[in-house]
Amino acid sequence: MRVIVALLLVVCASPAFAQDGPELRWGGDAEGGAPFVEADPNDPARVVGFDVEIAQLLAEGLGRVPRFIQVGFTSLDAAAARGDFDIGLSGLEDTAARRSRLAVTIPYYEFRELLTVREADAARFRTLGDLAGRRVATLGATLAYDLLVKAQAEHGVVPVTYEDDVHPYTDLAIGRVDAVLLDEVLAERGVRRNPGLINQPTVAGVGSYVGLLAPGNTALRDRIDGILRQAMQDGRLEAIFRRWEMWNDDQPRLYARLTGGVAVPAPEVAADLSTWEAAQRYLPALLRAAGITLLLSCLAMALAIVLGMAIASGRVYGPRPVQVALTAVVEIVRGTPLLLQLFVLYFGLATVVQLPAFLAALLGLGLNYAAYESEIYRGALEAVPRGQLDAARTLGFSTRQALVLIRGPQAFRLALAPMTNDFVALLKDSSLVSVITVVELTKQTSIFAANIGSWLVPGLMCAAMYLALSLPLARVARRIEKGWRRA
Amino acid sequence: MAPGMTLLAVEGLELRRDARTIVSDLSFSVSRGDRVALMGASGTGKTTVLRAIAGLEPLSAGSISVDSARLAASSPTDAQARELQQRVGMVFQFHHLFAHMTAIHNVWLAPVHVLRQPRAEAERRARLLLERLGVAHRADALPHELSGGEAQRVAIARALAVNPALLLMDEPTASLDPARRGELAATLCELSADGTALLVATHDAEFARACAQRILLLDGGRISRDGPAAEVLA
Repeated sequence: MRVIVALLLVVCASPAFAQDGPELRWGGDAEGGAPFVEADPNDPARVVGFDVEIAQLLAEGLGRVPRFIQVGFTSLDAAAARGDFDIGLSGLEDTAARRSRLAVTIPYYEFRELLTVREADAARFRTLGDLAGRRVATLGATLAYDLLVKAQAEHGVVPVTYEDDVHPYTDLAIGRVDAVLLDEVLAERGVRRNPGLINQPTVAGVGSYVGLLAPGNTALRDRIDGILRQAMQDGRLEAIFRRWEMWNDDQPRLYARLTGGVAVPAPEVAADLSTWEAAQRYLPALLRAAGITLLLSCLAMALAIVLGMAIASGRVYGPRPVQVALTAVVEIVRGTPLLLQLFVLYFGLATVVQLPAFLAALLGLGLNYAAYESEIYRGALEAVPRGQLDAARTLGFSTRQALVLIRGPQAFRLALAPMTNDFVALLKDSSLVSVITVVELTKQTSIFAANIGSWLVPGLMCAAMYLALSLPLARVARRIEKGWRRA
Repeated sequence: MAPGMTLLAVEGLELRRDARTIVSDLSFSVSRGDRVALMGASGTGKTTVLRAIAGLEPLSAGSISVDSARLAASSPTDAQARELQQRVGMVFQFHHLFAHMTAIHNVWLAPVHVLRQPRAEAERRARLLLERLGVAHRADALPHELSGGEAQRVAIARALAVNPALLLMDEPTASLDPARRGELAATLCELSADGTALLVATHDAEFARACAQRILLLDGGRISRDGPAAEVLA
């Protein structure tokens, strides 16, 4: 639903709808939701949020008209660097990587990282140190994620990354995770929406929101910094944050520092590594994620093969009602997006049955591919010449024996090439399961890329790993086929 | 049952494909050890009759008995068809060898999985059968590597491996050159000496004369002539 709204926004934000005058094109993710940027519930073609009002404030100061450009949250850095918009504003955290690769504005809001737990656990889970071996949710590629990775090394906390900031709290409420670490804006909203959760008073870290511009765009950045300082002094920023119920005592202190000529404080997790150092540091995590991708793909393919064979047998040999029912199942599974199926399995069924993420991913991929495999097997079964089945009957084989000894093995040979094809496709489709918190190869790569602010090296490493997984498989399949076709 | 007694009895048989009647009120019998050729122009239903005797076609009317097994149109069951199939072997015009198995594997598969013979014993007997049919040297070849004549001999060996009382053959000379036809006729004569009855559908008069003692002439869905080869083909 949110994706549809986001698409609608992109369409409506096209030049035909824009007002006259020079524009300030600003990028954000309407999926991020309130209070940052979200579709206006009363008019989904409009966006509302504090970042929307800050964009308005900046545009006014520059004598321009703001125009919203929808960009996925994790793509905002790359889009800023490419110059897809003038400035990115979407609750974007000040990080060392961003400062080194982009033109970054002064901070306009300071937040604390808060640990949210269930009320019943309030006494035992006070800090990250209390959560050894426990699953703690957060958003990927954020300051909170970096803090969790540190806590993983120090205390054995298990980080679980989400793609959105709503499901960490709903999953905490139903017990899938034991805590959530996110900034106070999200934490306050999470507690408000989910009764039974509380925020711990201990501050796990401090960060701030900034605007992102293309690296060469320092002239515009400096003008925007001026406008922000002005708005800090004349109370317009305070008015915006009061409207969104985000104003607190941390802000006047931040504004005093910034307008008093004090240097901008460095971000807390300041690990400005070279690309090479970062690649070395991320390599073990990428290899682990590649292992998860491989394990998940192999298990899902095994499930798809077994189920696919059962479905194909039912469609070829079963009575008419069974054939009709199986055909319907195949069409429904093939005809709906895998992403949707994963959401339904993991989040949709959560009130009925809480599947662990890996199991839900395995089931989603396995069931989806079973539908495709069953069609391959059905076609292959029907391609085995009827005459051989007649011959089998005259020799006294039962239908089951003829399937197992004669029809099945020949169908399997016909199916091998398309199956290999499907396995390679599955290997890549497995990247979709990151939406249900499984950190596989692509997700780990995008975290890596977000951290160093570039996709080039992480992308190449990721591609090399996918190829390393799929090429040997294709070779094995070709060798098997050659063995069958021996002269 | 002594040789000479009735092995196959077809009584009042009617076969249809959709609305079309292929044969109707067809009756004939074949005795143990008989070599019978079923002849007639193309499209008269020779193949369909053989398939019905092999339990592969639904009967619209009448019955087929082989030995003590009886398949009737009035109450057909899979079990009855299986009973019939255990007594009848069939060699198809296009052989239909199992494409993923070697020649010898084609031959021992049914003895092992249907007759439950031990694998070693079944393989030994399969090799003997291939030797007898002159294709032992091709035992390890895959079907697509065999010539038409070789594939046919392997198919005969496969059908004989389950010890059928009646062997059906559909157009066995279609893929053979004249020299091979003579060889095949001789081989079939030898087989019938063991007591296996033969019913061969063919339109090859020369082969019928060389192989069969008796000719059934199928015309318009009925037997129009039934007698010794010398008489019918005169």
